Amino acid sequence: MSFAWANSYEPKNDFTKWLDEKLPLPRLVYNAVGAGYPVPRNLNYMWNFGVLAGFFLMFQIITGIVLAMHYSANTEVAFGQIEHIMRNVNYGWLLKYAHANGASFFFLVIYLHIFRGFYYSSYKAPREMIWLLGVVIFLLMMATAFMGYVLPWGQMSFWGAKVITGLFGAIPFIGEPLQVWLVGGYAPNNSTLNRFFSLHFLLPFVILGAVILHIWALHIPGSSNPTGVEVKAESDTVPFHPYYTAKDGWFLGLVLSLFAAVVFFAPNALGHAENWIEANPLSTPALIVPEWYFYPFYAILRAFTGDLTIPFTGIVLIEAKLLGVIAMFGSILLWFFLPWLDKSPVRSGSYRPLFRIFFWIFVVDMAALFYLGGAKAEEPYIVLSQIATAWYFLHFLVILPIISQIEVPKALPFSITDAVLGKKEPAAPTAAEPAE
Amino acid sequence: MTIRLGGILAGIAITGVLILWSLMPGLFNYASPEKPDYYAFQEENIAPEGGFSFDGAFGTWDYAQLQRGYQVYKEVCSACHSLKFVAFRNLQELGYTEAEVRAEAAQWEVPGIDPKDGSMVKRPGLPTDMFPSPYANEVEARAFNNNALPPDLTLITKARKDGVHYVYSLMQGYNEPDPEDVAKSPDFETPPGLYFNEYFYNINIAMPPQLLDGIVTYSDGTEATEEQMAQDIAAFLTWAGEPSLIKRKQTGWFVIGFLLFATLLGFMSYKTVWASKKAEKKNKAELI
Repeated sequence: MSFAWANSYEPKNDFTKWLDEKLPLPRLVYNAVGAGYPVPRNLNYMWNFGVLAGFFLMFQIITGIVLAMHYSANTEVAFGQIEHIMRNVNYGWLLKYAHANGASFFFLVIYLHIFRGFYYSSYKAPREMIWLLGVVIFLLMMATAFMGYVLPWGQMSFWGAKVITGLFGAIPFIGEPLQVWLVGGYAPNNSTLNRFFSLHFLLPFVILGAVILHIWALHIPGSSNPTGVEVKAESDTVPFHPYYTAKDGWFLGLVLSLFAAVVFFAPNALGHAENWIEANPLSTPALIVPEWYFYPFYAILRAFTGDLTIPFTGIVLIEAKLLGVIAMFGSILLWFFLPWLDKSPVRSGSYRPLFRIFFWIFVVDMAALFYLGGAKAEEPYIVLSQIATAWYFLHFLVILPIISQIEVPKALPFSITDAVLGKKEPAAPTAAEPAE
Repeated sequence: MTIRLGGILAGIAITGVLILWSLMPGLFNYASPEKPDYYAFQEENIAPEGGFSFDGAFGTWDYAQLQRGYQVYKEVCSACHSLKFVAFRNLQELGYTEAEVRAEAAQWEVPGIDPKDGSMVKRPGLPTDMFPSPYANEVEARAFNNNALPPDLTLITKARKDGVHYVYSLMQGYNEPDPEDVAKSPDFETPPGLYFNEYFYNINIAMPPQLLDGIVTYSDGTEATEEQMAQDIAAFLTWAGEPSLIKRKQTGWFVIGFLLFATLLGFMSYKTVWASKKAEKKNKAELI
């Protein structure tokens, strides 16, 4: 797709003309992320994180492929193999730390990307498919990161794998056989490490495929923007290149400088000391927690501490563990329904006074879940994570649908150009395009 | 509409269940047991006066200190603790010459194979050998140590929280319990075969005090006090855990410098590219 005024690709010399006839790949790139893609002119810095996420995906794939050349997926040698990389491989320490912290930064930019989506309702029509693919990418990332963390075969690798694979054991009837089948035994072992390595290598390419679909779906309606008003005329847009390549470029440099500061000066700050101890199935660590980027969902998992019973009879309907598992997976799966839960015709949170209050409460709630997921399983953290978890579900399932019904949004600008150039008088209310 | 109605109902149900539980803590919660009283003895790790030479973003190795630390490892720690990811050749990084490393390696006995009959023998070490383990296997290690397992020390400074200061503190932590803390936890005792150490995570440690004043005679003439040896061994084990530490920090400055310069150039081109759009905005604003 494109807008009528989009620049069109014109091959300059004989070779590019020849190539354009046979395989118009340069044309594809030109239309996707080049001068042929018109983008709203008013994007703020929250719109930089998509490109950054793409960068970190490629960064992880490249560092990961090189690391895989030096790694060995065997429980006898895996831990020592990491030390081999750290000590004997030229700049192996840099590869290892860059890959481990690269995962953290990938999640950091993805969380900011997702929260951009929450605030500006990027999930609303006509962009539902972009959002749905995004949730799929996030789920794939979680699976990939989890399996990657098992590969160094440290204490946290082993016990993290044991706890997370154990979740499947909570499923009624088929739980235990399913768990044994997934793990390849009753506890993580060499078969587990082998299959995790295989999948950890495969899934990033699946993510890459999903990212291509995500971008494809994006190019059909075009990018959203901070006003939430759709593009109306050429003056509302600028070509992606050079305008946003320049903006993304310098911002990437800034984020990479921050990334380098972590990799070179505090490479272990985001990890757990426990994982520098080789896996020992006979010695349980005092506190088993996943990496920081899983904390909110780990907090939701641990919030369910009691069985769901029929009151006063003691008949257990659902066991606590299963409730936690359902809630944890449900907390992400419900994002799939978001386009249909929030029916406000206004997209941007900036024009939704009531929504904006609850958005920031939700940000505080997520911050609390981040903190609580890494805390010890003791009071007051348990009660706090129960309250935070309750609010999480309340926000998406109850608050969003209700405020989208009762809220009176602020008047929207007539067009992006008006918003950018600061035209004072608001447009007639009818100009507020309903988002279906 | 069905989705929203379903959502609201599901949301109220989940929230209801959770509020029910959080209102009745202790009724359904698996509250973890109270911390045992003897954690009152636990002390925060201490740091040497003036810190370590490798601290901070501009840190460097103090080679004399690393060599002293190696001497402490060799003469004290290596009796029970292995250093399995370090090879003798790595000692060159501490400032020893190749010949010195060869001579040093030869002083250690490593497991080998008799070239004549293939039987297992001990032979003098070569620079390419790894540091040998003092025990043949875990069973032997436990048999010699009252069923405790001395951990490998290669990664100890990374495998403990604040590991460098932990090692430094632990080696000097064999103090008498504070009488105030003793009064607080009358049940506390140190069982026979264990030793009170206020920096160890459960206070009673299987390792006896090691760094008695003068237990090593430093070849560089430094006085071998407990504090000095603790500092030296902590430095040596930091190197053993992360030999690339200093190179990493130095590379970091170069990389960050390059990235910030590239960012600056990128920012300037961003400003240039957008200049006409920003001017348009400014002109329009002035007209209004």
